[in-house]
Amino acid sequence: MSERAKTGDGGIILTNAEDLMNWARLSSLWPMGFGLACCAIEMMAAYASNYDLERFGIMPRPSPRQSDVMIVAGTVTFKMADRIRRLYEQMPEPRYVISMGSCSNCGGPYWEHGYHVVKGVDRIIPVDIYVPGCPPRPEALIGGFMKLQEKIRNTKEVAPALFLEMEAAEMVTA
Amino acid sequence: MNFQEITSLIVARFPELAIDADTKNPQPVLIVPKENIAEVCQFLHEDNRLFFDFLACITAIDNGPGLATMEVIYNMTSIPYQTDFTIKSVFPRNNPEGDLPVVPTVSHIWRTAEWHEREAYDLMGIYFEGHPDLRRILLPEDWEGHPLRKDYQARERYHGIYVRYEDGGPGQELVGPDHTL
Repeated sequence: MSERAKTGDGGIILTNAEDLMNWARLSSLWPMGFGLACCAIEMMAAYASNYDLERFGIMPRPSPRQSDVMIVAGTVTFKMADRIRRLYEQMPEPRYVISMGSCSNCGGPYWEHGYHVVKGVDRIIPVDIYVPGCPPRPEALIGGFMKLQEKIRNTKEVAPALFLEMEAAEMVTA
Repeated sequence: MNFQEITSLIVARFPELAIDADTKNPQPVLIVPKENIAEVCQFLHEDNRLFFDFLACITAIDNGPGLATMEVIYNMTSIPYQTDFTIKSVFPRNNPEGDLPVVPTVSHIWRTAEWHEREAYDLMGIYFEGHPDLRRILLPEDWEGHPLRKDYQARERYHGIYVRYEDGGPGQELVGPDHTL
């Protein structure tokens, strides 16, 4: 939602549907509960009480059908690649992907001799946020989530392209 | 019981066997022809003076196309006697026909060998004769080749995804008919 002074008075909040929708989406990002390698340990640490991702409305879901975001936490092998692609396809839109750690960003330590490693999960599914590290600390993953929230906050998914075009045309003529 | 005593027991049991002992290193190794691996293991497992009831590991080594040999190494432990023993076998990498080298299985002696042999088959391409279920264990079923061999060449693509880092970039495979499951 856009910046407004918080007085604590309650009352009326003025906003638009787009901002409200984006706010709802970014405030309850439910990741798919799966991990691939050591990054998943850091991800689990981020879920647990010390870092407590729940305070951002982030809680893992047991099914891709209930998930908004996929955290690719670990090495993506060719054997797993087909499964990841299928899981991604099973997620309802809007869906987001966080690539966590060097392996899923670019192949990591397996970039040269990894006959079995996909050199970056972005070769099989589109990625929204890349979190660097090997593995990234929970703070870095939280940082990735905040970047994703920022990205969602700035999307204009509600407005159809035609409406935006008309709006732009009006501004030119005015 | 030490290495020499175990070796002399094996020699007494298999007098005609062409065995060789490598004692240069801290871990002495008994080198056995690959055809006799299973019977020697059976003896080591069953004899009451030895009772090697635990197979800790099967290791496979590829010495490369230069030497053109491969090795399988069996590390075993006798839990009641608290002794360790290592035997290995050296054999040509491929048969003259170019097929995989064949080694008799020991999975009927130690069940744990079943997965170890599958792993050696998967990554090194050693065929274990008599194995009940010799499939790939780690790599996908449709993988081609045995990647821990020294002369393994990575394929260009697997299911449409480029294997090498240098080939292609983000999103390269998001289009195209090849990536359907």
